[in-house]
Amino acid sequence: MDFLRPASWEEALAAKAEHPTAVPIAGGTDVMVEINFDHRRPEYLLDLNRIGDLYEWEVGADSVRLGASVPYTRIMENLRGELPGLSLASHTVASPQIRNRGGVGGNLGTASPAGDAHPALLAAGAEVEAESVRGTRLIPIDEFYTGVKRNALAPDELIRAVHIKKADGPQQYSKVGTRNAMVIAVCAFGLALHPATRTVRTGIGSAAPTPVRAKAAEEFLNAALDEGGFWDNGRIITPSVAKQFADLCSAACNPIDDVRGTASYRRHAVGIMARRTLTWTWESYRGTDGRSIEKGSVA
Amino acid sequence: MPVKGTPIGTPTKVTQGSKTKGGIGESTLRPDGTLKVTGEFAYSSDMWHEDMLWGQILRSTVAHAEIVSIDTVEALKTPGVYAVMTYDDLPTDVKNYGLEIQDTPVLAHGKVRHHGEPVAIVAADHPETARRAAAKIKVEYRELPVITDELSATAPDAILIHEGRDDHHIGHVPHPNIVHRQPIIRGDVAAARERADFIVEGEYTFGMQDQAFLGPESGLAVPAEDGGVDLYIATQWLHSDLRQIAPVLGLPEDKVRMTLSGVGGAFGGREDLSMQIHACLLALRTGKPVKIVYNRFESFFGHVHRHPAKLYYEHGATKDGKLTHLKARIVLDGGAYASASPAVVGNASSLGAGPYVIDNVDIEAIALYTNNPPCGAMRGFGAVQACFAYEAQMDKLADKVGMDRVAFRQLNAMEQGTVMPTGQVVDSPAPVAELLRRVKAMPMPPEQQWLAAGEAADVRQLPGGLSNTTHGEGVVRGVGYAVGIKNVGFSEGFDDYSTAKVRMEVVGGEAVATVHTAMAEVGQGGVTVHAQIARTELGVTQVTINPADTQVGSAGSTSASRQTYVTGGAVKNSCELVREKVLEMGRRKLGTYHPAWATAELLLEGGKIVTDAGEVLADLVDVLEGEAVEIEAEWRHRPTEAFDLRTGQGFGHVQYTFAAHRAVVEVDTELGLVKVIELACAQDVGKALNPLSVIGQIQGGTTQGLGIAVMEEIIVDPKTAKVRNPSFTDYLIPTILDTPTIPVDVLELADEHAPYGLRGIGEAPTLSSTPAVLAAIRNATGLELNRTPVRPEHLTGT
Repeated sequence: MDFLRPASWEEALAAKAEHPTAVPIAGGTDVMVEINFDHRRPEYLLDLNRIGDLYEWEVGADSVRLGASVPYTRIMENLRGELPGLSLASHTVASPQIRNRGGVGGNLGTASPAGDAHPALLAAGAEVEAESVRGTRLIPIDEFYTGVKRNALAPDELIRAVHIKKADGPQQYSKVGTRNAMVIAVCAFGLALHPATRTVRTGIGSAAPTPVRAKAAEEFLNAALDEGGFWDNGRIITPSVAKQFADLCSAACNPIDDVRGTASYRRHAVGIMARRTLTWTWESYRGTDGRSIEKGSVA
Repeated sequence: MPVKGTPIGTPTKVTQGSKTKGGIGESTLRPDGTLKVTGEFAYSSDMWHEDMLWGQILRSTVAHAEIVSIDTVEALKTPGVYAVMTYDDLPTDVKNYGLEIQDTPVLAHGKVRHHGEPVAIVAADHPETARRAAAKIKVEYRELPVITDELSATAPDAILIHEGRDDHHIGHVPHPNIVHRQPIIRGDVAAARERADFIVEGEYTFGMQDQAFLGPESGLAVPAEDGGVDLYIATQWLHSDLRQIAPVLGLPEDKVRMTLSGVGGAFGGREDLSMQIHACLLALRTGKPVKIVYNRFESFFGHVHRHPAKLYYEHGATKDGKLTHLKARIVLDGGAYASASPAVVGNASSLGAGPYVIDNVDIEAIALYTNNPPCGAMRGFGAVQACFAYEAQMDKLADKVGMDRVAFRQLNAMEQGTVMPTGQVVDSPAPVAELLRRVKAMPMPPEQQWLAAGEAADVRQLPGGLSNTTHGEGVVRGVGYAVGIKNVGFSEGFDDYSTAKVRMEVVGGEAVATVHTAMAEVGQGGVTVHAQIARTELGVTQVTINPADTQVGSAGSTSASRQTYVTGGAVKNSCELVREKVLEMGRRKLGTYHPAWATAELLLEGGKIVTDAGEVLADLVDVLEGEAVEIEAEWRHRPTEAFDLRTGQGFGHVQYTFAAHRAVVEVDTELGLVKVIELACAQDVGKALNPLSVIGQIQGGTTQGLGIAVMEEIIVDPKTAKVRNPSFTDYLIPTILDTPTIPVDVLELADEHAPYGLRGIGEAPTLSSTPAVLAAIRNATGLELNRTPVRPEHLTGT
């Protein structure tokens, strides 16, 4: 195995162009586990640790440009306001030591359906900044996950950053594991309210071959909120609407039985998380939006 | 069976005072504590030797198969490889090993019987080279049907896991795929059943738990000029290893010199050999030191696990709540090799009734041979599985009778003088009802603690923790109780002894002591306690604990809650013998100067010889002068006897130990997630030699019991008998966020048969913790929950 250590981003792109099978490594929290377990034996490792740019983030007017290697700890500490869903997701990543090393770029590169960041990125809305010697492109997050542990990157491309929409409303993230910390997701759910566009977005993890959105559930809820004037009157969402949303989220799953849980449990749990996170985000929206909230009223 | 005139269970003749600092009863600090916490402690995996090679084991990829061929040519060609060995390269006719039954091949021959069985070994100059070379060995398997449960094991046409068995259990087992069977029969169950007003039945399943010690199997074998080998190894019992290793190597035992290296936990998983013989074989073959370290994946295949079990229980009670009878059948899955299965059967059967008075008992326990991973010793073995079942039964029966669950247990609780189902009279304190009273009396943790901090829910106090699955929705609290009984020490007539060498001399103008035993310090704190005992018995301050090795006699195993009792007893005994000699020297040298030398009870305290009235007769320095007093002696507890093979009657256990738990849980009933809020424990320890260590043991055992209640399980595919989760990614053990507050109430009721009245403590808390948590979850959910661990699917019906 050869270990490539580019000193700059340009060198990294050149190396990746020359050795398209090279596996990028930054925090190493995923790649090193795979190597230690002998699950993969890459011909080349492409070490990105010398490229400081990847550890930077910029808060723009509408979005945050998050360097691929920004550790989860930094996200939790610095971007809670702009990226509340991703901050909550970051909290659930492994242990403090892993959170000090691992970043979103690794989650995207591996593209495991169990990656903790994915549901939050899907719900918030994001674009992956992929670059090669051929140029730069922004891949919408909805088009990024192409199969089990597969993504839309070309063999010569590296992930430089993720552009994540700044929260314009409440966001929530829940993850089920069979332990109270340091656990791989049995399934996970992210939800973001977008009052500016009067839409709701979701993300589901570990319950389908790829991270997915529950689009039918989103459409149903968008319509229901619109019809009832909920965005304006801020009324409590009725249990029947919440239940139908939850059922549609469950239906968006295409899970398997594995050593971590059964398919039917995953469907069930995603529904519960969908209902609860909807309640939490909507209550938060009602509580913080000053326009025309009729406190305690039921639509 | 008294042996060689050594004292048996000697009660203390002289009570040494407590004036010497750092003696028994004090919470002296462990010498290894700071090093371990700061990461500086040298574990067996940290060893290094100049010019050493790395060993690697090739393991079977299937659970049951004939080996058609093994081709090592490519592996041997690999640059950097020094040796590749298979069964054909074993040097002597002894090719198997085993704790009790020598049924485990050093390397597979003709057949593999479980997933991960060692087939070949490689030595190379780099661990990666060894790994690559092992992968080049071509093994052709012809797969056989797998035997995975009682039905497939005892079917008329079942393949025999071991052909031609000639061990001492084959004569009394109903099928050659049963390792051992032990019935325990007392009274008349049929007649008692007629008198019962209430009968409850249950079928319970106990999952396969792993010891999950943090330091993987590892050691270093160094070939010696005399043709022997020095082995530095993390184990639980040096001399048991030695007895199994030497014959395979074709060496006399004195040419296999073993030294204990840093042990990172054991919990029973190091009672069996792992890489010991393999490292020695490679070292002797290559003439170079060979180190072997398993990684975590291999570790899951490299040691035995806790026996999974099916338990069928029927209890009866009268209207006023008195137990009438118990009929039970306990089926333990021993996997492919016997390991400690016979002893596990002995414990499960003889302790299967729990700490209760039941006059009519019919228990049968068996251990199977299957193609599942081999199972053997783990903290509380046999008794742990039984406790899960009988405590579930007690709750069910109390409910039927209409009594409070704790009161029902207390009404039927055994006490000193109770006759066990084996006919053995419990002849030391058995405060079962009192332990239950104490855990029940502890204050309850406040309700809804997640709201205590302020407006937003503190998710760390809720099921799911920081995974943020609930802010209180669906959360229901439950409370459960359980109590258990465990034996201490090796049972059923085993000659369970230990050896201690104690030396006293003057160094730097001060009388000091040295203690040398072969006791494996696996984290239990034996080295701390031995120094305390020496200070108490010899009145010195400075005590050196020599490294454990085979240059001194056997200390027996660090298991069965026995080391403080037995090796502690041996150290105490040797100290007493040294003390007698020192007093003799004193009488000889100085006896004429004071009449008290001849008349008074003399003690060693604070570096001096004093009368029991406190008068100083001499300084130890003046008595010893240039001489050293050294004694190595064996010490054994009172003998036990085997259980009758048909009735299970017999004085089988040397001591019993008891703990009770109260579990308080919060269950997210919609998601099926559990947060254990508190696990209160009350335990009788006889005498706490080191109170801080006692609390640590109880909290650790409690947490290990919690693990098997809610998360820990090795999952074996029933179709292939292959392990599905051999990693800490998917074999989950409790983190600190899963570990509840564990208030501990320690009782000290002396057992007059034991040194200082102490009671072995390491295992008892592991028993009752699990059923208490299960009872609490049942209390919260109303579900029956007849298996452990409980998974979210079981709580949500998905």
